[in-house]
Amino acid sequence: MFEIIKTKQTIGFMKFANPATWLSLFLVLASIVTLSINWLNWGLDFTGGTLIEVGFEQPANLENVRTTLADADFPDAVVQHFGSSHEVMVRLAPREGVKGQVIGNQILDALTNADFGNVDMRRIEFVGPNVGDELAENGGIAIIIALVCIMLYVSMRFEWRLAMGSVLALAHDIIITLGVFSLFQIEFDLTVLAALLAVVGYSLNDTIVVFDRIRENFRLLATDTPSDIVDKSLTQTLSRTIITSGTTILTLVSLFVVGGELIHGFATALLIGIFVGTYSSIYVASALAIKLGISREHMIPEVVEKEGADQDAIM
Amino acid sequence: MLNKYPLWKYLLLGFIVLFTLVYAAPNLYGEDPAVQVSATRGAKVELSTLDKVQDILKQNNISPKSTVLEDGQILVRLTSSEDQLLASEAISANIGDGFVTALNLAAATPAWLEAIGGGPLKLGLDLRGGVHFLMEVDMDEAISKEQDQLVQDLRSELREQKIRYRGIEKASTQTGVIVRFTSQDILDDAVDYLKPLNPGYSFAEKETGGTFYLTVSMTDEKLKSAKNDALEQNLSILRNRVNELGVAEPLVQRQGEDRIVVELPGIQDTARAKEILGATATLEFHAVDSDTDVSDALAGRIPASSALYKERDGLPVVVKKKIILTGNHIVDAQSGADEYGRAQVNISLDSQGGSKMSRFTKDNIGKPMATLFIEYLPTGKKKANGKAETEKRIEVANVATIQAQLGRSFRITGLDNTAEAHNLALLLRAGALTAPIQIVEERTIGPSLGQQNIDNGVKAMIYGLLAVVLFMLIYYRKFGVVANAALILNLVMIVGFMSLIPGATLTLPGIAGIVLTIGMAVDANVLIFERIREELKAGKSVQRSINEGYSNALSTIADANITTFITAVILFAVGTGPVKGFAVTLAIGILTSMFTSIFGTRAIVNAVWGGRNDIKKLSI
Repeated sequence: MFEIIKTKQTIGFMKFANPATWLSLFLVLASIVTLSINWLNWGLDFTGGTLIEVGFEQPANLENVRTTLADADFPDAVVQHFGSSHEVMVRLAPREGVKGQVIGNQILDALTNADFGNVDMRRIEFVGPNVGDELAENGGIAIIIALVCIMLYVSMRFEWRLAMGSVLALAHDIIITLGVFSLFQIEFDLTVLAALLAVVGYSLNDTIVVFDRIRENFRLLATDTPSDIVDKSLTQTLSRTIITSGTTILTLVSLFVVGGELIHGFATALLIGIFVGTYSSIYVASALAIKLGISREHMIPEVVEKEGADQDAIM
Repeated sequence: MLNKYPLWKYLLLGFIVLFTLVYAAPNLYGEDPAVQVSATRGAKVELSTLDKVQDILKQNNISPKSTVLEDGQILVRLTSSEDQLLASEAISANIGDGFVTALNLAAATPAWLEAIGGGPLKLGLDLRGGVHFLMEVDMDEAISKEQDQLVQDLRSELREQKIRYRGIEKASTQTGVIVRFTSQDILDDAVDYLKPLNPGYSFAEKETGGTFYLTVSMTDEKLKSAKNDALEQNLSILRNRVNELGVAEPLVQRQGEDRIVVELPGIQDTARAKEILGATATLEFHAVDSDTDVSDALAGRIPASSALYKERDGLPVVVKKKIILTGNHIVDAQSGADEYGRAQVNISLDSQGGSKMSRFTKDNIGKPMATLFIEYLPTGKKKANGKAETEKRIEVANVATIQAQLGRSFRITGLDNTAEAHNLALLLRAGALTAPIQIVEERTIGPSLGQQNIDNGVKAMIYGLLAVVLFMLIYYRKFGVVANAALILNLVMIVGFMSLIPGATLTLPGIAGIVLTIGMAVDANVLIFERIREELKAGKSVQRSINEGYSNALSTIADANITTFITAVILFAVGTGPVKGFAVTLAIGILTSMFTSIFGTRAIVNAVWGGRNDIKKLSI
């Protein structure tokens, strides 16, 4: 049998609970600091404005593109390579008094008429300022609704201390992922927002597997302390945690490397989120549940319900 | 003990696998290059049109795979994209006015699959290329115009009745009008007179410093219906214009209270698309010139004071050039039925329009009157001053005989059916075009980027899948093979369901969702297999370990998946466009992966290992 974790002994995870708490606190605080200083590099979806991506036959000289656009009355255009040296992305902030929807075509005209050879229109995006605000608002609402629904579900299935632990762990994951996006000024667009919600789902998945084991062990092992039980449960689920994170990370790396420029932000957010989420389901969620005073009595009423009894029929 | 499934469970599994395989199958057949011919105004696609198209193709030595007339459109399937271009050029050059041709890719799904509702995956605009517009109707402007109208109406109503008011102006609340009076008596008279004339408005009185104020404001229902009308009006106009563009499979759809989504797959020239969508329209009433014979007019013998126009179905009408009334006097037009159940359109004009109409109709009872619908469509060329050149396109919306002297409200009867009445009412309201519209969001993806997105996505999927499959094989050996079989079945099921569900569109984030699902779908099997290993280590028998491994892991798997499913549902509810696509694949992926990794693998495990008591070791 090929095993990742070969130990028969229980690993003393909770010995490091205190340093881990400090580390988490530090990471969360650092994220909040960088968020409050740099905020996020909002993508077009949220700021509004116009974005044009064009493909050139030859590698494009950005300086020439900038001059051409400045001559065409777009001195404020942000010009950069996108993916390869043949592709150029031009971004413009919303303009007062000018209809945003015509800017894209004007820029395309300016580049086609200049001496760049054949210019291939790859993408034009225009988002009105109000729409941007709405998208940002809806996104924020989505995350909050998701957290509330999950808290309700987990407290229904488990116990409020575990629910609290899992939701705080989720908040921890989201804040740190956002912190990384803020620190490195990675563009934050709608797909990244979707990835954040996927991180919520994934990280919770991990936490629940651990909690399920903790609950089971509380019922089986009558004499152990809560801390021992958590250690035991974490050890038992550790190889599963590593394998699942591993396979998910494998697919995400594939997405990151060959998935193309448009999906980079998405893959980045999930990669960070899954690293942090795996760590947090071990240290944040479980350690918090212990700190909140989880004990055997909290698990006892649940014994009445036989796990999976209702699903047995399909097996 | 033995682990055995009854026969019906295998039959059920087999049936479900077969079912999804069948619905995933259309994706293997690819697409035919095709040319689509549809009618714009003044024309109709009929069997004769089909014959004509077939003749044109024959003359140009193009042999199509098939030509069919379906849903008022002709679809010509061709064998190559060169033929497609040739055919499109030949058809559009020879088919005549009133028809547009569009290049399309038609799914080459076999007839028997189509008959049971099968079809390939629907690709989002980010994968097939095209334009997505989100347009917003300016409701403030619509309501403000409504308010202006009310000021005018109240003024003339009060004057007609000789009720003396001190002043009348728009209220700052946006939905009302304030009329000032010098005494309560006059105000009471005014209310008594105005109330029955203005249903849909509420009346409020107030007195300060000897001045009596009457506030007339729209009720909430009236406000709502005014907004709804403004949106419906724009929706119907946009639909007509999108047809002009000759796009295959366009989408014009209402979104929320004041927005319209327009999606035009495969369109390249976005500038022209925007100009056409943003064109303005007006409406005019003219007298019909009954003295000039239509056949004379068709031959070119037409007096200088008249002009020849066509109705939507192509029927020519000679109309006097003098305008009786323009469409901006139309306040409202509603379709309905008269006392005999015949379709009609009720029209109300503003007071100025009412007196113009009354003056004209007094002397023309018994004569026909035509309603012209005029659109200013861009030609695609630019004028010398840099502005877009527009072409005036005129169509006769209706010809009706004047039965009596008409006033502010009148009706057009004798319409063929309710659908015609409905269309005419929409056109009449469009003449007024109360609410301007503007593009608030645009997303255009060029065809090269679309194809590249597909290629990248598929590559990422294949590499991701290979990595996971290899890992499972090395780590769990024979059980890894079982898990991999489930994983691949899972992929087929996702494709099958996505193809089957009408609203599910595959987008780039959707592909990312599938890739992510590949990584996460094995989780259930990892949980089960790890559990089986634990039970084996605890010294239980092989069969017992399998059974308990599955049943102990079950509630954990369910809990973990339900929470991810919740997030997918929330993403679907609040997300837009591509993000919705991600949510759909994620949700479907969760359901199918639960099915394949629990039920599917158990079936295989039971069949291979479950029926034997002689196994001492498992390849896990």
